[in-house]
Amino acid sequence: MRILGGFFKRLQKQEPEEGWRKSLKEGLAKTRRALVEGVDDLIKRRKEIDQGVREELEELLIAADIGVKTSGRLLETAQEMVSKQESAGLGLLKEYLKEAIKEVLVGKGKGLEIGVEKPLVIMMVGVNGVGKTTTIGKIASQFSAKGLKVMLVAADTFRAAAIDQLRVWAERAGAEFISQQPGSDPAAVVFDALEAARARGMDMVVVDTAGRLHTKTNLMDELKKIKRVMGKKLPGAPQEILLVLDATTGQNAVPQAKLFDETLGITGIILTKLDGTAKGGVIVAIANELTVPIRLIGIGERIEDLREFDPEQFVEALF
Amino acid sequence: MFENLTEKLSSTFKKLKGHGRLSERNIEETLREVRMSMLEADVHFRVVKEFLEKVRQRALGREVQESLTPAQQFIKIVNEELTRLMGGENSEMDLSGSPPAIVMLVGLQGSGKTTTAAKLAKYLGQKGRKSYLVPADTRRPAAIEQLKVLGEQLGVEVYDSRGKGDPVKICRKAREEAEAEAKGIDTLIIDTGGRLHIDEELMGELERIKEKIEPREILLVADAMTGQDAINVAGRFNEALDIDGVILTKMEGDARGGAALTIRALTGKPIKFVGTGEKLGALEPFCPERMASRILGMGDVLSLIEKAEAVVEQKTAEELARRVQRNLFTLEDFREQLRLIRKMGPLESLVEMIPGAGKLMKGVKDLRPAEEELKRTEAIINSMSRKERVNPSILNGSRRLRIARGSGTRVEDVNRLVKNYQQTKKLIQRMNKSGVKGIPRGIMPF
Repeated sequence: MRILGGFFKRLQKQEPEEGWRKSLKEGLAKTRRALVEGVDDLIKRRKEIDQGVREELEELLIAADIGVKTSGRLLETAQEMVSKQESAGLGLLKEYLKEAIKEVLVGKGKGLEIGVEKPLVIMMVGVNGVGKTTTIGKIASQFSAKGLKVMLVAADTFRAAAIDQLRVWAERAGAEFISQQPGSDPAAVVFDALEAARARGMDMVVVDTAGRLHTKTNLMDELKKIKRVMGKKLPGAPQEILLVLDATTGQNAVPQAKLFDETLGITGIILTKLDGTAKGGVIVAIANELTVPIRLIGIGERIEDLREFDPEQFVEALF
Repeated sequence: MFENLTEKLSSTFKKLKGHGRLSERNIEETLREVRMSMLEADVHFRVVKEFLEKVRQRALGREVQESLTPAQQFIKIVNEELTRLMGGENSEMDLSGSPPAIVMLVGLQGSGKTTTAAKLAKYLGQKGRKSYLVPADTRRPAAIEQLKVLGEQLGVEVYDSRGKGDPVKICRKAREEAEAEAKGIDTLIIDTGGRLHIDEELMGELERIKEKIEPREILLVADAMTGQDAINVAGRFNEALDIDGVILTKMEGDARGGAALTIRALTGKPIKFVGTGEKLGALEPFCPERMASRILGMGDVLSLIEKAEAVVEQKTAEELARRVQRNLFTLEDFREQLRLIRKMGPLESLVEMIPGAGKLMKGVKDLRPAEEELKRTEAIINSMSRKERVNPSILNGSRRLRIARGSGTRVEDVNRLVKNYQQTKKLIQRMNKSGVKGIPRGIMPF
């Protein structure tokens, strides 16, 4: 069933361009070198699956930031497959691992689409320094290029010069831009912005919020307030609350996502900086431990390097 | 969110009832728990491996300190080794020499360089130094603006690098300005450009800055939430620039910061500061012990252990253990235990130090009743004669009545105490028979 589901999904979508596939492969090169080539080497050196191989494999997985728990699951799946095969060799271990990872990831991808309801209001949240503003800039550029009317809202009134940074992106993307003074109430900024968005017939509104650590209750409450105010101004808004995660984050990515989800009910995750790390495995940990879908992944600094997450494609590019 | 290592270890040791000492067998299981805990904290697996080997060697064949349970003893070893691995003590920046001393901050995008630059300026300002902030990040939109705003908030001057493209030139100009004008500036803090990841272009740029500007301190700014990649990041920066130390940011979150250990162990470079909040004052010198507890997810067991060590003299403890083993445990000894507990401070503050106890004690409004109970128990024992304390079996009805009156309690209280004592003694007997050696310590099961 799963395989069929994936097949239809692929049919519906336009054929992924060769260019993206290539950049995905390039972006994941570091992870592939560390993980997949490590497995290759292991297969070459060892004859059968024993405690030693298990441990080495676990180390490879953990080194890729897959995490202790998720690594355990992958190992179990792979070992089950090994025990079912007739010969005792390790030859297929890589295939098994690939299948195991696929099993975790499949069904966890979901693109970003504009429905009938307009404007689509997206609220971007995340801890400091994960690349929220940049990601917003890229999303704006992409949707603008499709001919949609996009508005960016600077509700990060805290970080020095965050407003200017977003303004630069809005100009580059040719998007509308709404801001107030630094230090003003972000909820008020959002309230006014949604009013303007409705008046100007926007297709899409993306709200940049200040980065905050998920453990700061008062700052998390501020996000709740911003969300509430949006709903009051525009019933149903925000339709999307997207959490931006940095792929170089280790196992803390999971508690981050859990806490943001508990507070706000996030609708998806955007994983940035996947290319910068040999540890792209955190995406597997996230998919395994969370029910929230992964919407977009960033594999480079260019605007087109931010794309929909397609699990099958991802695994194919990784191995 | 994380299962507490101490809890895990305690339960591991519980499973091993009957083995009061650290042995090859019970150590294996606990080492596995420590391994998991460290990996979950994002410590690099190679560091974990070496570290555990060291702990194993130290823990084996080590006599158990009488004031601690084997679990506590083990944790103590782990913690001491961890602290040592992290550099033992905190190391300061060296800004001596002719001014201006130049501090160069390097790191990946989003690690918090710009904010840290401002925090450092404030920190140094409190030490009487006058800083000049130099934004050499010419790529990120509004990076220069950000530093300017922060500088304004602090009343620290920021070099105006607008429109002067080359970072090396910016730095050189800034230094000239700082030297030439009578601004009284003695420290230059350079905020360099970051990248999403390390590339040749960035490294080349930083190397050129280093060569031309000759900074006294090159500090790598790294995010405490960094995963296993910490090794690559720190390794590459260190290779290219031979950094002098590390500033770990975003420590106020719940990331356990295994990156700190990885970086320290694999580059040998000290961690000098930690960023602990969004406010510009939130920069602290690094404290290895605290970091060690954090990586292990330990709570403040250490202070608790320290307190126990402070009040329990090794000799007294050994003496007690011997008496217990020989079945000589009397009410006299029990009173000694009670006194030790009370010497450590109010129960409430002791309980607070136990990780996980907060949750456990939620239903209990306050511990004063328990505290009272301790006092009452001691009063009862105080009202006994020495003969009675050593040999409680002689306590008949009239003796009990006298004791109750003397201690301001009721006969029931005395009865309960005696009954509890007898049960404990039986328990000790049983344990001695089954070969337990150093038990029980600390709080008796009353």
